[in-house]
Amino acid sequence: MLHIVVCIKQVPDSREIRIDPKTNTLIRQGVPAIVNYFDLHGLEEALRIKDEHGARVTVVTMGPPSAEKALKLCVSMGADEGVLVSDRAFAGADTLATSYVVALTVQKAEQEWGPVDLVFCGKQTLDGDTGQVGPGVACRLDIEQLTYVEKVEHLDPKTREIIVHRHLEDGVERVKAKLPVLITALTELNEPRRASLPGVIRGTRYQPVVWTTNDFEDIDRSKIGLRGSPTIVSKTWVPDPRAVNTKVLEDESTDAAANHLLDELLATDLPQKLGWVKEAVSVG
Amino acid sequence: MAEQRKRKPMIGLQTDGDVDWSEYRGVMVVVEQRAGQAKPVSWQLLGEASRLAKKLEAPLMALVIGSDVHHLAQEAIYHGADKVYLCDSLELGPYRTRPYSRVCLHVIRTYKPEIVLMGATYTGRDLAGAIATHLPTGLTADSTQLDVDEDRLLLASRPAFSEKMLATILCKQFKPQMATARAGVFEALPRDESREGEIITVAPQMSVDEIATDVLEFLEAADRVNLEEAEIIVAGGRGLGGPAGFAVLEELAHELGGVVGASRAVVDVGWIGHEHQVGQTGATVRPKLYFAIGISGAVQHVVGMQNSGCIVAINKDPEAPIMKISDYAIVGDLFQIVPAITKAVRERKAAGWAPSPFSATRQEQPVPAGQ
Amino acid sequence: MADERFDAIVVGAGPAGTAAAYTMAKAGLKVALVERGEFPGAKNLFGGVLYRQQLEELIPEWWKEAPLERTIVEQRLWMLGEDSVVTLGHRNEKYKSPPNCWTGLRVKFDPWFASKAEQAGALPIYETVVTELLMQGDQVVKGIRTDRDDGELEANITIVADGVNSLLGKQLGVHREWRPHEVSLAVKEVIGLSKQAIQDRFNLDANEGCTIEIVGQTCGMAGLGFLYTNQDTLSLGVGVMVNDLKKHRVKPYEVLDGLKQHPMIKKLIEGGEVREYSGHLIPEGGFNSIPPLAGNGWMICGDAAQMVNAVHREGTNLAVTSGRLAGEVAIAAHKAGDFSLRTLSAYNDAIRASIIHKDLKKYRGLHGLLAYENSEKLFNQLPQAVNDAVYEMLLVDGKPKKTKQKQAFRQLKDASGGHNMDLLRLGIKGWRAMNG
Ligand SMILES: Cc1cc2nc3c(=O)[nH]c(=O)nc-3n(C[C@H](O)[C@H](O)[C@H](O)COP(=O)(O)OP(=O)(O)OC[C@H]3O[C@@H](n4cnc5c(N)ncnc54)[C@H](O)[C@@H]3O)c2cc1C
Ligand SMILES: Cc1cc2nc3c(=O)[nH]c(=O)nc-3n(C[C@H](O)[C@H](O)[C@H](O)COP(=O)(O)OP(=O)(O)OC[C@H]3O[C@@H](n4cnc5c(N)ncnc54)[C@H](O)[C@@H]3O)c2cc1C
Ligand SMILES: Nc1ncnc2c1ncn2[C@@H]1O[C@H](COP(=O)(O)O)[C@@H](O)[C@H]1O
Repeated sequence: MLHIVVCIKQVPDSREIRIDPKTNTLIRQGVPAIVNYFDLHGLEEALRIKDEHGARVTVVTMGPPSAEKALKLCVSMGADEGVLVSDRAFAGADTLATSYVVALTVQKAEQEWGPVDLVFCGKQTLDGDTGQVGPGVACRLDIEQLTYVEKVEHLDPKTREIIVHRHLEDGVERVKAKLPVLITALTELNEPRRASLPGVIRGTRYQPVVWTTNDFEDIDRSKIGLRGSPTIVSKTWVPDPRAVNTKVLEDESTDAAANHLLDELLATDLPQKLGWVKEAVSVG
Repeated sequence: MAEQRKRKPMIGLQTDGDVDWSEYRGVMVVVEQRAGQAKPVSWQLLGEASRLAKKLEAPLMALVIGSDVHHLAQEAIYHGADKVYLCDSLELGPYRTRPYSRVCLHVIRTYKPEIVLMGATYTGRDLAGAIATHLPTGLTADSTQLDVDEDRLLLASRPAFSEKMLATILCKQFKPQMATARAGVFEALPRDESREGEIITVAPQMSVDEIATDVLEFLEAADRVNLEEAEIIVAGGRGLGGPAGFAVLEELAHELGGVVGASRAVVDVGWIGHEHQVGQTGATVRPKLYFAIGISGAVQHVVGMQNSGCIVAINKDPEAPIMKISDYAIVGDLFQIVPAITKAVRERKAAGWAPSPFSATRQEQPVPAGQ
Repeated sequence: MADERFDAIVVGAGPAGTAAAYTMAKAGLKVALVERGEFPGAKNLFGGVLYRQQLEELIPEWWKEAPLERTIVEQRLWMLGEDSVVTLGHRNEKYKSPPNCWTGLRVKFDPWFASKAEQAGALPIYETVVTELLMQGDQVVKGIRTDRDDGELEANITIVADGVNSLLGKQLGVHREWRPHEVSLAVKEVIGLSKQAIQDRFNLDANEGCTIEIVGQTCGMAGLGFLYTNQDTLSLGVGVMVNDLKKHRVKPYEVLDGLKQHPMIKKLIEGGEVREYSGHLIPEGGFNSIPPLAGNGWMICGDAAQMVNAVHREGTNLAVTSGRLAGEVAIAAHKAGDFSLRTLSAYNDAIRASIIHKDLKKYRGLHGLLAYENSEKLFNQLPQAVNDAVYEMLLVDGKPKKTKQKQAFRQLKDASGGHNMDLLRLGIKGWRAMNG
């Protein structure tokens, strides 16, 4: 049977984070914690594979104890097991340190529940917002990565062949690979299911497996948490609101207003930047 | 496979001890291309990187990988590169993570740039994440501002928390310092054919039969709405009154060679597809010219478009918040104004973008300062 | 359908449902607590006063661990004129030990209370809407149907505590759509303000709190405003009878905006930032609207059964008590193995013997008064007249006090209809409504 690992993260719903206009700091109060929604699309795809071919789905997350709730949700949707990797020592991790711990977790899941054939990550997180952990994990596990996948066209557990559609700026790429692979999921991939009632009951009762640093035999402590994170946030600030001197055009006729606007635009460096004209326009 | 992997040391972990990074010098841009055509972001990054390289008094390098891409090495020089590393081989035709990342790693380790930049495109992010882990080094995603300080540290700034904040990120511990940067933010140098530079060829680092993925085909999506890379966006909101209103916008967009955008309000009611949505839960855009037509300017919309070069708002409400952040605010009914603009654009284009007959009356007025 | 059976299902994790679930789970019953919100309290709204006594019967000293805002030491009543106020208040150190009541926020209190039920063994099932009761014939309730796949769940007893709109009460036929004169619509804002500012403006120490009930300036509609102090927020709201809103074609938030502009209130909320805004119905039918409370396999409690004392803005405590009583009857039924009305009607009796019944009975005339009296008179002209009268009395302008007193009385009389008898009639009616 296939073994699929889904990497998820519990994140503050950054869409609801506001900036305090007076202090220019983040108002985190009351911002709900949700499962990073790209990750749910990864989970859904894993569950669809499970429905079709039969698979064992293990969900893993590195995070604080409260992330247990996220795993319960995943189990209620149909995951078989949820692993919470939690330790003070992991705090402050950037993508490099995170991908190390997540990769170790996948390896340990492999020892516990059998070889892993597929790993799903989200396209990116709402808080970290880098999309780097997925490629990082694939790289450390030394498996192929198929990023920005919007469709799994074909999967054959026997030949171990998978064909996916990768979304790019200018088109779609059909790529074939051999398992094991790591896939990062886009929202276009599927519509995550709502847990059934028996699922919710199971998820609510479920107690996730918890691993700490002590559960990883040869973990390199200099590569985890803050210490293992090469990137440092040196400064954060709220960008100034767009400072402009608005020109209000209230011409007597619409045609005049339209032409007035074009005159204004043509007098700037826009025409040059946009390639409307070859040489700089002298103001007319 | 579990067994086999366990014995190998995990990638991205290097031996402890102080490393001497002083040999790392120069700024490198990885040029992204498809079928021999470079992505504009590559030249934009070269433009910005040349500024950094000058500040560091270090060479500007470019890395070109692909099949039949020698001309791009030359182009990179025209766009500012001093040295171009070129890996040209048949199997490097379509982008694939492993063979490409092996070449990057080899070049980085051999030629030791202190900064490596790539476009924050799908491909750039795919590649950068793999390379940074391998090296290992710190990687800042999606930068919108780049600078260097007196300690030769790269100050890469990027939006955080759904564009509401900016954060500057450093990597002191490792070299090279890596960042991906958004398209459309930086400006390319004017192409200069008189520029000279050195092209160094590099061999592929993986044999064909080691490559386990296969790009079966690339389906170009000509009709894909590419708001992120658009230079002109004509966006509409609830003021359009219905799906039919977008026809008026499309005409103007067509005339200007722009893309149609939308507020969430109209996407939610289904007047236009989600791929057109600008804002916090849609695309973050930076066109050179943005038309906000019948859009009130809710913060969630504004965070997605406030970095546009020039904003033109058309709204019948002079108090609409969008007016305050716009360079030009036209107060009035969009159904009259937009067609008038379209018409005027047509006339100007026909006349080679000459000033209009109306402008004669305006000659005496002070010349607008523009942007 | 889930393969397992429960002893009891509780619909709604508000104070009523949670109290029922807690009671039963503690006695070892297998209980499912079903709530449509993402978590209990996520969307629930109340003004903000929680009372000690009734919940203490369930969880002794609950208030020592529950997330509460401030201990109320002072209660004020404000009668607003257009740009004036007549105040009445009571402050007492005795309210501190033991505390009588606190301000609280449902987003914090409800999850805490539900977590107690959970710890006692109740199984929480959240983000799940109960769409209907599973019936055997049209007499016996044998469980619920939810909006999830495989969404049926069976139990011997179902306790309906789904709040004021009680969809399930309607299905049971004990409940119909509220008539506009039986419910008021409340809107409330939570306004962020620093602790220090709150303490200074309301004359409070660190954990002390104050409540202000507001009469007048509700655009001539029957309604009450309130302003409560939380730790670092204020709860400001107003509830207005739905029939009046309809009649006057006013939106409730317009009334709230009006109050915020009132000079007396404006000063207290100045510089505050609106954190939340929400609206909710309050059952105002009172005693006369209480439905049959039990049947074969079911009981109904809390707001769903109209158990709110609108005059003293008590609802959560009545909800808790009714939930507890329903839970206790369920335990007895479980022991007896009989879930028919024969056993469950004990719940009906328990409510009748309880304070809920007595309190609600006391005020039963009030809604009649509201329905038949002109609300413009009660909630606008009278408070204004009181303000004008007091103004006259206190203004030193050379007129003799006796003349002033006459003038003041005339103002009140005019406001209540013009005749001496009108004022008297209103006084008596009001007295009856409150004390009948
Ligand atoms: C969590 C969250 C995320 C969100 N994300 C986004 C997002 O990503 N993008 C986004 O856009 N919104 C987003 N929103 C929604 C946002 O708050 C606004 O509701 C939305 O942007 C309003 O769209 P609008 O400007 O088209 O409509 P309105 O606010 O209704 O504005 C319509 C405007 O059209 C003008 N008008 C009407 N008729 C005419 C006419 N004939 N001629 C000229 N002008 C006319 C009116 O004066 C008005 O200013 C989000 C909201 C939330 C809560
Ligand atoms: C503005 C205002 C001010 C108030 N002030 C006070 C006060 O100061 N002090 C006080 O004691 N009382 C006050 N009350 C009254 C008090 O809030 C209520 O009486 C009390 O909350 C009733 O509790 P309940 O458990 O019966 O109902 P609710 O608290 O309404 O709980 C019902 C629960 O059921 C859930 N639910 C509903 N339908 C379904 C369904 N189909 N499936 C699943 N779940 C469902 C709801 O989400 C909710 O959580 C006030 C009320 C209002 C509106
Ligand atoms: N702490 C974590 N635990 C498990 N998976 C993670 C964690 N952080 C990130 N991921 C995975 O990596 C993806 C990309 O994250 P990011 O690089 O932070 O944008 C996410 O969508 C997750 O699938």
